[in-house]
Amino acid sequence: MNRQIAQLFVLTVVLFGVLVAFTSRWTVFEAQSLEDNTANRRPLIEEQKTPRGLIFARDGRTELARNRGVGRGEDRIFTRVYPAGGLFAHPIGYSFIRNGRRSLELFRNDDLVGEEDEFESILSELEDRTREGFDVVTNLDVGATQAAVQGLGGRKGAVVAIEPQTGKVRVMVSVPEYDPNQVPSGFGQIERDPNQPLLNRTTQELYPPGSTFKVVTAAAALDSGKVAPTTVIDGSSPKTISGVPLENAGGQSFGPLSFTDALTNSVNTVFAQVGERTGRDTLVEYMKRFGFYKDPELDYPGFQMVPSGILNGNGDYVEGGFDVGRVAIGQGGLEGEIRASPLQMALVAAAIGNRGRLLKPALTDRILRKDGRVKERIEPDLQSQVVKPETAEQLGQMMSRVVEEGTGTAAALAGITVAGKTGTAEVGANREFTQPWFIAFAPVENPRMAVAVTVERQPPGSAGGTVAAPIARGVLEELLGG
Amino acid sequence: MSARTRELFGLLPVSLLVAAGFAAVLATRTQDVSDATLTYGAVFLGLCVVAHLFIRARLPDADPYLFPLGALLAAIGLVLIYRIDAELAREQAQWFVVGLVFFCGTILAIRDHHVLERYRYTIAAVSIALLAAPRLPGIGGQVNGAFLAIELGPIQFQPAEFAKLGIIIFLASYLRATGDILVRPRLRPLPFQRQLLLYGLPALLTLLAILVLDLSVAASVLLVVFVASLVAVLRERPSPKHFGPLLLVWGLAMLMLIVIRDLGSSLMFFGGFLALLYVATGRLSLVGVGATMFFGGAVFFANNVAHVRERVDIWLDPFARGVVDNEGYQIAQSLFAQADGGLFGQGFGQALLDIPGGGTILPAPHTDLIYAVLANEAGLFGAAGLIGAYLLFVFRGYKTAMLASDGFSKLLVVGLTAVFALQVFVIVGGVTRVIPLTGVTLPFVSYGGSSIVANMVLLALLLIVSDHARSERIRRGGLV
Repeated sequence: MNRQIAQLFVLTVVLFGVLVAFTSRWTVFEAQSLEDNTANRRPLIEEQKTPRGLIFARDGRTELARNRGVGRGEDRIFTRVYPAGGLFAHPIGYSFIRNGRRSLELFRNDDLVGEEDEFESILSELEDRTREGFDVVTNLDVGATQAAVQGLGGRKGAVVAIEPQTGKVRVMVSVPEYDPNQVPSGFGQIERDPNQPLLNRTTQELYPPGSTFKVVTAAAALDSGKVAPTTVIDGSSPKTISGVPLENAGGQSFGPLSFTDALTNSVNTVFAQVGERTGRDTLVEYMKRFGFYKDPELDYPGFQMVPSGILNGNGDYVEGGFDVGRVAIGQGGLEGEIRASPLQMALVAAAIGNRGRLLKPALTDRILRKDGRVKERIEPDLQSQVVKPETAEQLGQMMSRVVEEGTGTAAALAGITVAGKTGTAEVGANREFTQPWFIAFAPVENPRMAVAVTVERQPPGSAGGTVAAPIARGVLEELLGG
Repeated sequence: MSARTRELFGLLPVSLLVAAGFAAVLATRTQDVSDATLTYGAVFLGLCVVAHLFIRARLPDADPYLFPLGALLAAIGLVLIYRIDAELAREQAQWFVVGLVFFCGTILAIRDHHVLERYRYTIAAVSIALLAAPRLPGIGGQVNGAFLAIELGPIQFQPAEFAKLGIIIFLASYLRATGDILVRPRLRPLPFQRQLLLYGLPALLTLLAILVLDLSVAASVLLVVFVASLVAVLRERPSPKHFGPLLLVWGLAMLMLIVIRDLGSSLMFFGGFLALLYVATGRLSLVGVGATMFFGGAVFFANNVAHVRERVDIWLDPFARGVVDNEGYQIAQSLFAQADGGLFGQGFGQALLDIPGGGTILPAPHTDLIYAVLANEAGLFGAAGLIGAYLLFVFRGYKTAMLASDGFSKLLVVGLTAVFALQVFVIVGGVTRVIPLTGVTLPFVSYGGSSIVANMVLLALLLIVSDHARSERIRRGGLV
């Protein structure tokens, strides 16, 4: 019998060994993946106990997110309050224990909860410092944001303003917005709202950019030497492009005219020919330099951004096989149609306004310790040299004609020269709505601001020049006025 | 140094641990160590010394390590429960005293454990009745889908804790009596034709069954082991009536699966039975037949009974969408707590347990998931230390069984020790997702009156047998 008893003991050792092995599996080997599991609320609860860093507007004083403490002693917890309501909902987002995080609150979470590198955390452990979050100062401008919201006047749409020379994002407005303060109590309602207030239309929605895309076409054609501003091209309408007749807006026939005049008057037939002359490969290559075909390099969560590009009828990104003439004027067909986010179109304007140098867009300006010292400053960072400086100069001059005497005169500002481009895409199942656009930078001599505006599903006859350009003017006035 | 003196010295570190544990929890709670912690340690030491003096008087030769190990486990339990809820710890301390009373009462009542053999059928009947009691309307109650508790007035009580003792006593005495005739001494070799028939036919049939029924790999292995074991048993030509008890106990285990709906306790009982069967007969083939039948039955129920299947699904993927916040919440939180513990833990009283706004993040932290709390606060090292303490306890149990001279004593101690070890495996295995999580307690550590009292009685029985075995050895001069 004793032999069997000894064997039983060996079996017990094996079984208990399995228990220790599984305990090590959870406590050590798979601990990280368990901590990262979205169902694991422990990190959130822990974080609730330390006050989260504040988020400021560009002025460093206006609080966009602050904390409210509840309870006392060990049980004291902090919840987020957003004093501006929905005004900054899309760039800032929210952070709540039951709902998780979104937008900048998610992207800058490590800083906001005060996560230090290894060395610093050991130091603070030794000094018994209570952990506190770092403050985040954004580039967002309160006045211009209000101007953008006012300009949209409740219509669904998006406004983005960027400093071309630094990439600082000064305005990110998407309408409708949601009130982040309502997220804990009414998230389901916000989520189910058919108007999709959670959707950030500046980064997450792709629209047909219409004629604003002609700026990209022109940049590719000029920079690759296919045309010059003075090149004369036949602008009569209709013109057969890829075997199908293409008309100018309103069927207007221009006859031979210069490339500059073609942009001023947004002549479709000219740009379609220029697109064909430039070729698919060259156009796609320049689009990629502008940042198409990948998420914008913004300090913003990846799941809240969508790459702009040419999409086929199945919604797949394509780099060939499309009707280059129609894509060149901001349209397309089933085999490939150009779609762009408002942020992407603002980056196009910014790159042209900064002598062809595209800087990475940034919502964050700096991260501050509680004592006011700067922990980290987000420095301007070159994303790509899209076109030669001379090309950008030429194109900028052409775009300033658009605002002086072309389709974008509604964006003209007293005393400041604006270079821009309008766009009016047709949308809806029967093309019964329009999607007005306006992209611009100003002042032309030394561009300090680039802007993109679009409005969703407007009644027929609403054009970029009449609907979007005035909104852009309001925002530019606010940003450049002071 | 005499055995009893060694026992006394073994209790000292246990009391220090209690004091230190309470001090650690109190320190995080009130920022200063009050006199209360020392009082806790002193009271615990006092109680243990009283029990020790009792053992010294009644069971002078009993194993010196079992009692300190039991006290150590109870002390760990008290500290953990105190950390979870001070009020629960007070109740648990009272139950510990009640457990000590039962401990002493058992030692007083049972001077010689062989008397238990005389009442084996009564004990068996009472145990089965106890197991079925939670299904009775009026007093029974369902907890997490399993019928494990009954309520008598204000007292809730888990009969399975006591039934496990009764069933082991019954099986030990039954197998002592029939173990020898269950298997016969090996026969002379069979003629070749008979051998071919005995081995060839089942092999062929098994192969056919696997091919025709298109069984999965696991099912095929199960079937092959079953048939091989069965052939090995049949090889010894036992009379059919001796298979009675085996089938009966298997049926009972299956019935438990359906009646009390708890895979864990079912596994615990049947495993204890197989351990006894193996030690009594020395035949692995019998264990093979029993184990494959049990697993076959368990797999069948897992596939065909909704609530068992649900348990298995949760076990296989607790993080599935829609599961993790509902049925899988408990096991998921258990794993999250362990992950939070890491190698060394967050420290006693420092891990996250209370959710702001009330409640605990771990469901049932003081009973089912107490091991997860330990892993969270003391880390892998603390958890492995606890497993080590259990292993030492089991080691002393089997050591006692080896020293015992008669069959019943051996089988009784083996059964009690095996069931104890299996209970640890079932609940810790459930908490660490080795097997589906079930609602048995962690012996001596979990909160619960029935658990602590039943395990104190178990400890008393081990010590009684140990005292007999060792005093006999000492008389014969075999043990110094």
